[in-house]
Amino acid sequence: MVNGLFQGRDIGIKVSDLNLWYSTNHALKQISIDVPKNQVTSLIGPSGCGKSTFIRCLNRMNDLIRSCRVEGDVVVDGTNIYDPDIDVVELRKKVGMVFQKPNPFPMSIAENITYGPKIHGIKNKNELNRIVEESLKSSALWDEVSDRLDKSALDLSGGQQQRLCIARTLAVNPEIILFDEPCSALDPISTAKIEELIMNLKKDYTIVIVTHNMQQAARISDYTAYFLHGKIMEYGDTEQIFENPRVKSTEDYITGRFG
Amino acid sequence: MSLSSRTNEKLAFTFIGLSMLTVVASVLIILYFIISNGYTALSWEFLTSMPRSRMTEGGIFPAIVGTVLLIVFSMLASLPMGVLAAIYLNEYSKPGRFKWAIEMAINNLAGTPSVVFGLFGLALFVRYFGFGSSVIAASLTLGILVLPVIVRASQEALLSVPMEYRHASLALGVSRWETVRKIVLPTALPGIVTGSILSIGRVAGETAPILFTGAAYFIPQLPSSIFDRFMALPYHLYVLATDGVDIEGTRHIQYGTALVLLLVVLGVNTIAILIRRHYRRKLRLG
Repeated sequence: MVNGLFQGRDIGIKVSDLNLWYSTNHALKQISIDVPKNQVTSLIGPSGCGKSTFIRCLNRMNDLIRSCRVEGDVVVDGTNIYDPDIDVVELRKKVGMVFQKPNPFPMSIAENITYGPKIHGIKNKNELNRIVEESLKSSALWDEVSDRLDKSALDLSGGQQQRLCIARTLAVNPEIILFDEPCSALDPISTAKIEELIMNLKKDYTIVIVTHNMQQAARISDYTAYFLHGKIMEYGDTEQIFENPRVKSTEDYITGRFG
Repeated sequence: MSLSSRTNEKLAFTFIGLSMLTVVASVLIILYFIISNGYTALSWEFLTSMPRSRMTEGGIFPAIVGTVLLIVFSMLASLPMGVLAAIYLNEYSKPGRFKWAIEMAINNLAGTPSVVFGLFGLALFVRYFGFGSSVIAASLTLGILVLPVIVRASQEALLSVPMEYRHASLALGVSRWETVRKIVLPTALPGIVTGSILSIGRVAGETAPILFTGAAYFIPQLPSSIFDRFMALPYHLYVLATDGVDIEGTRHIQYGTALVLLLVVLGVNTIAILIRRHYRRKLRLG
């Protein structure tokens, strides 16, 4: 890893010596990476390289897969999230996630957003209304849906649904947001909106995004990690990675020679 | 010499068609038989009055009440239990011997003859728990009888809830139980209701289990509590047709009773379908 990469930036997530197995398949090997606060860090690499598996380690979504075993440290806010005493539910409040396919609940737009806050104990109606408005404004959806908050979220377009999912994540007030290929199911216009949104969100949140779209990584991220065969081959400043890769396989991938 | 493939095709199609026809015809014949013989007995008085003159005249009101009570109380007992069991199996349990054993137990429960449930209800609810022959003993017995149907229906319904909903909820820092309660269960509810409709017909129609646990030949008043004995439509029908004082003379009452039994099941099913539609609309699932 390059020393002095972040020059005084705070570290949002510190991963050291992370290994992951699906049964006997060693899917992530010795991953060590520092994710800076209030920056966009993108994870790129060919299909099956482990980038999605890795991002799911950061909010322990891999816990849902029975055959999955993880070793190593992932430190968020000074605590190792793989510590046996850690409360996974609390962790996931702090580390939100937006998925590949928009997955709004079969409820109204407003209910989708208040779902998390309500379960986390907010009952005051004004407070909930404020959260709905604020989250929708932050996700650039307010102007499109403010007149139909009580209508089903399933009637929204794919791009709108994905922004609703982002709003839903913002509503529980996380510190970190993980995006797992958030635009892969969307058209170019919706994609552009989400990209702009992500760049705006970094002032308040630490962002990690998995993408198979290299232009997207180049456009929106400050730092980029290139994954191959379950390892990080190269990690650095996005500009440097794309313009002056130090590793041969990174260059091959970026220039489209494989992947 | 073998048949040509065309003849084969025709032969197969004839058998398939005949089978289909037999199925449809059976239903229609039964319906026609019961309706044509029973409708003359139907009247407001028949539905709302007590049997008179040793059950050769008057109505079947107490039997209707009894059957409705059985449906309500057995559903109250078995729906929550069946749904919770399904939640355990689908959302919590890990695959393995234990889960396999539970699934086998449920399959066996489904294959047990209803008369055995009657004997079981007699031993457990009537005697051991001391409920006596009563609405509650019979309802609990029927509740257990239909438990496998409800567990299976609920499992199917839970399985059809997209995994994405669970992931989305968990990723918001919501616990598994809250996720089940707030997302999975409401989404599965229409399916659970649909599956449970089947069990309502079963509860309304079963005779053997309630014979052991609380159905009465004749009682001149309605049950005043769940610990009283009761009359029920299927047993009333059986009594009139095999053991009444005037079997031939009460044929119209017998068919009338059968028709009312069908109507009660149809009525309860309609309510269940309306509930399902309400939830489907709410979820915008179609």
